[in-house]
Amino acid sequence: MRNAYIAAVHDLAGRDSQILALVADNGAIVFDRYRKDYPERFINFGIAEANMISVAAGLAACGKIPFAYTIAGFLTMRAYEQIRNDVCLQRMNVKLVGIGAGFAYSDLGPTHHTVEDLALMRILPGMTIFAPCDPQEARQVTFAAAQIDGPVYIRLATGGSPRVYDTEMPFEIGKAVSLHEGNDLSIVTTGHIVPEVLSAVRELDADGIQVLLLHYPTVKPFDEAALLDAADRTGLILTVEEHSVYGGLGGIVSEVLAEHGSGAVCKRLGLWDRFPAGYGSYTWMKEHNGLSSRQIISSVRSLMECRNGSPS
Amino acid sequence: MPQEHAIMESQILQIDVDELREMSARVRRTIFRTICLGGGGHLPACFSIVEILTVLYRQILRVDPADPKNPNRDRFILSKGHAAVALYVMLAEMGFIDAAILDTYGHSGTILGGHPDLHKLPGVEASTGALGHGFPFSMGIALAAKLDRKAYRTFVVLGDGECQEGSVWEAALFAAHRGLDNLTAIIDYNKLQALDRLDSIVSLEPMAEKWRQFGWAVREVDGHDIPALLDAFGRLPFEPGKPNMVVAHTIKGKGIRFMENVPIWHYRLPNPEEMKTACRDLGMEELTVGKRE
Repeated sequence: MRNAYIAAVHDLAGRDSQILALVADNGAIVFDRYRKDYPERFINFGIAEANMISVAAGLAACGKIPFAYTIAGFLTMRAYEQIRNDVCLQRMNVKLVGIGAGFAYSDLGPTHHTVEDLALMRILPGMTIFAPCDPQEARQVTFAAAQIDGPVYIRLATGGSPRVYDTEMPFEIGKAVSLHEGNDLSIVTTGHIVPEVLSAVRELDADGIQVLLLHYPTVKPFDEAALLDAADRTGLILTVEEHSVYGGLGGIVSEVLAEHGSGAVCKRLGLWDRFPAGYGSYTWMKEHNGLSSRQIISSVRSLMECRNGSPS
Repeated sequence: MPQEHAIMESQILQIDVDELREMSARVRRTIFRTICLGGGGHLPACFSIVEILTVLYRQILRVDPADPKNPNRDRFILSKGHAAVALYVMLAEMGFIDAAILDTYGHSGTILGGHPDLHKLPGVEASTGALGHGFPFSMGIALAAKLDRKAYRTFVVLGDGECQEGSVWEAALFAAHRGLDNLTAIIDYNKLQALDRLDSIVSLEPMAEKWRQFGWAVREVDGHDIPALLDAFGRLPFEPGKPNMVVAHTIKGKGIRFMENVPIWHYRLPNPEEMKTACRDLGMEELTVGKRE
């Protein structure tokens, strides 16, 4: 996902001389080709995220299109007031790219995990949020971000993300993507947890439970119609996110369902009032934090038993 | 090129310093009137930068009120956004905005907030207010000029208390590393902050030396001395390859004697008796402040 993003920025820089790549001392090696081809348009701020964002806003005020890239938590939390005041309040055309969101930096511990960014970014007026699920989509949202005149946050995993799409799929800003059809229950998810969810959905399918799987590569603006349609069709929604259940995807889904008076039952899978726990591989981290395909399957089964009147 | 902006000493002699002094006095009176009639504002923080703004806008900045978005204009950013009224009055003096708008200050629905908004007023380059933002923002503007090889210059006024923000020092490192000699920062070094003297709260001394050590070319001036300010701004860049820092020694509340150097006035308005004294100090007719909505 990281390489796909950087290759996309490289291609964008070749087409538009206003594109700049900003980093806060990260992207060793992976930015080599970009740095070689566009040395003047690669700006390393050192370990100073807040400064990177204020300067990015000033650059944007002069027509530049800065893509500011660093570890998701440092970007969205260390520089939050800069994102709010300098970028969003002033409506500056700055792209924010958070790498290693969720617990993609698995064994680096909770200081390097980011399970708050969707909640923090979505309450900022005018912010568009993308959370791609695989390298192809990461490339597409990067191009889409360049088309938008205004602040955009892109939530990325790290390297080595598996492919979700077998073929080139068209990408449309603000549209949810159905990755599996079904009428028994809907799973609503976003970003790089998708492969894990998809594996659960396929296993359930083999067991005779057909899940409607909706992935939101655009978290904001949120495709309400797709959600409400899924709610009508299945009456049961499970949200799955590598994020706190507060304020992120589960929060958005609950708000939309309540606002529209949907009778659908919604359960949220994610982190409940705690920081990501443990040090281990990414696969181990998902298991240890309740987001493995096994645990997703178990949540689906108990939710369906609930509806069928059996004790969960 | 920066050289073409330079003011030679002989030219300073030709500049009508008395006219600039008179303009400063007029600006101070208008600030006082605007804030008192508006019912609130940071009077002393405005008064300490009056001469700095007067010299910049009247003699140094290449800006055109008829073409406020010209991409080649010099930029001025008020990082200490709480001195907004000083900026508003200067924009009115220069013709960026209609002076009549000043009468709306403090009234509900006005476009003149307690801190400036770049989307509401021509001539305002940044929405500041939260301290430690305008300074690094101005570096983005200066860096864009370098990348585009444009000759416009960027000026930014920051407060001395503002320098307690860590973001100021991240930006200080960055500007020096990038050699932004097209950027000039002016510190309004009035030595007071909201509650007390800086030295009693968190000292920034030795101020000028700090900036030198951070890689800036520094000049210290009396921030109310118009010829000294003209001389300093006339020598830009102080050293090629280094960002410029003018440490302007100022007096918070300058112009109203009972307000000068007294912290309590940071956000306070004079009572009717004090108003009389203040108007006398400023050389203006007494103000009658009516009941507000």
